[in-house]
Amino acid sequence: MIENKDSEHKKFNKTLVQKTMALFSSKREIPIKIKLVNVHKSFGKKVVLDGLDLEVRKGESLVIIGGSGTGKSVTLKSILGLLTPEEGSITIDGVEIINASSKVHEAMNSQIGMLFQGAALFDSMPVWENVAFGLIQGHKMRKKEAKKIALEKMAQVGLTHDVGELYPADLSGGMKKRVGLARAIAANPEIIFFDEPTTGLDPIMSDVINDLIVDSVKRLGATAITITHDMASARKIADRIAMLYKGKIIWIGTVKEIEKTKNPYVVQFINGSAQGPIQMTVKENE
Amino acid sequence: MEFISLLGRVFIRFLRATGQLGIFTLKSIYHCFTPPFYFKKIAEQLIEIGFYSLPVVALTTFFAGAVIALQTYTGFSRFSAEGAVSMVVLIAVTRELAPVMAGLMVAGRIGAAMAAEIGTMRVTEQIDALSTLSTNPFKYLISPRILAGVLMMPVLVLIGDIIGICGGYIIGVYKLDFNASSYLVNTWNFMVPMDIISGLVKASVFGFIITLLGCYSGYNSKGGAQGVGSATTRAVVSASILILIFNYILTEIFFNS
Repeated sequence: MIENKDSEHKKFNKTLVQKTMALFSSKREIPIKIKLVNVHKSFGKKVVLDGLDLEVRKGESLVIIGGSGTGKSVTLKSILGLLTPEEGSITIDGVEIINASSKVHEAMNSQIGMLFQGAALFDSMPVWENVAFGLIQGHKMRKKEAKKIALEKMAQVGLTHDVGELYPADLSGGMKKRVGLARAIAANPEIIFFDEPTTGLDPIMSDVINDLIVDSVKRLGATAITITHDMASARKIADRIAMLYKGKIIWIGTVKEIEKTKNPYVVQFINGSAQGPIQMTVKENE
Repeated sequence: MEFISLLGRVFIRFLRATGQLGIFTLKSIYHCFTPPFYFKKIAEQLIEIGFYSLPVVALTTFFAGAVIALQTYTGFSRFSAEGAVSMVVLIAVTRELAPVMAGLMVAGRIGAAMAAEIGTMRVTEQIDALSTLSTNPFKYLISPRILAGVLMMPVLVLIGDIIGICGGYIIGVYKLDFNASSYLVNTWNFMVPMDIISGLVKASVFGFIITLLGCYSGYNSKGGAQGVGSATTRAVVSASILILIFNYILTEIFFNS
C-alpha cells in the first residue's frame, strides 16, 4: 500500500518536472515580440514611467492592470511612437523604436492595430471607410477592394453591411467599439493594442467585446497588449497579467497565479478595496 | 524678487511657445513639399476656403469699397478734389482693404473651423489613430490646409478687389452722380500692376498665417470641450493680430523701400 503511494508520488513528480521542462523550453523557443527596458517618461515634474521593464512574447496576450495615472496609456503610446521616452529602450522584433525615424515608425505601425478607449473613429467618414482607412492610406489598396475587406471584418465583429454606410455619430458606444475593433484588425496586424476596451459599456456588451477580442486575437495569431481596470475583462483576455504601479511593473503572472498571489498591491487592486498599500491621492501633488 | 521671477517665467514660456510654433511651421512647410500628397484633401480645402468664404469676402469688400467712396468724397469735396475718388477707392481696396478684410473674415471663418476640427480630433485621439494607421497627420491634416490657404486667398482677394471697386463705382455713380464711363476710365488709368500684386502677395501670406495658426492651435489643444474652445479663440485672435502686423511690414517692404 505504502509502496503503491510512493510510486504514485514519484510518477506525479516526474510528470510535474516534465511539464515544467516542456513549459520552460516552449517559452524559450517563442521569440520576444515587444521588449521594454528601463523606460522613463515624465511630463514636467510628474514622473509617469520610472524604469519600466516588460517583455511580451509572440502570440501572447498580455493585460496591464493598474490605477488611473499609473502610466498604462503612456506605455502603449510609447510603444506606438506617439510619445518619446527620455530614457530606456523599446524594441519590436528587435528594432529600436525610441528616436527612430518616421519611416521606421510608419513601417512598425503598419503591423500594429489599435483599439482606442473612445474608439477614435473619424467623424467625417462613413463606418466602412473608417475600417478601410488603414488599408487605403497605409497599404495603398484600391477603394473597392478595401471596402470588401472592411465589410468582411465588420461581419467578424457582428456588424451588418448597412452599418457600413452610417456615420460614427449614428452609432452607440458598443457599436463604436466594434467598429474600432474591426478597424484594428482590418490589416491583419501582428500586434494589437486595446486601450480600456470595455470602459463605458454595460456588463453584457463588455463581455461581447471581450469575446470578440479573444476571437480576433486567436484568429490572427497576434500578440496583444490590453490595458484595463476591468478585472473580469483581464481574466477573460489575458494569458498573463502585469500590474503597473508608479511607473513600474510590480507583479506579473498568469491568470491562475493572480488569484493566488499574496502581493498586497495586486490583492487590493483585484478586490477593489480602498484599504491597502495603494493610497489614492485627490490632488497630483499630495 | 517675486516680480522678476514672474517676469522670467513669462519670458521662458514665451520662448518655449515661439520655439514650438517655429518647429511646427518648419515641419508643416517640409511636409507641403514632400510626398505623399493628398490631392483630394487639398481640393476639399480649396473649396472650403475659396468657395464657401466667397459670400463673406464679397459682402465685406463691397461695403468697404462703398464706404471709402463715400468718405473720400466727403473729405475731398472740401478742397474740390472729388475727381480723385476713383483713384483712392482703387488704391485703398487693392492695396489694403481687400486683403485685410478678406484675411480677417477668413481668419474668423476658416481659422476657427480648422482649430475646432483639428482640436476635436486631438482630444478624441483621432490624430493618434491616424498615426497608428500609417498616416502622417502633418501630411494628411496640416499640409493640405496650408497649401489651400496660400493658393486660395489670392483668388479670394482678386475677386474682392473687383467687388470692392464695384462698391465704390455704385456709390460714385448712383449716389454721388459721377459719370459712369469717366469713373471707370479714371480707375483703369490709375491702376498700377504693383497695387494688385502687393495685395495678392499679402493675401498669400495671410492665408499661410490663418491656416498655420488654425492648425497649430487645434493640433496642440488639450483637455475636452474647454480646450478646443480656447484653441479656437487663440487661433482667431493670434491670426487677426498677425495679419495686421504683417500687413504693415509688407506695406513697408512694397511701398516705402
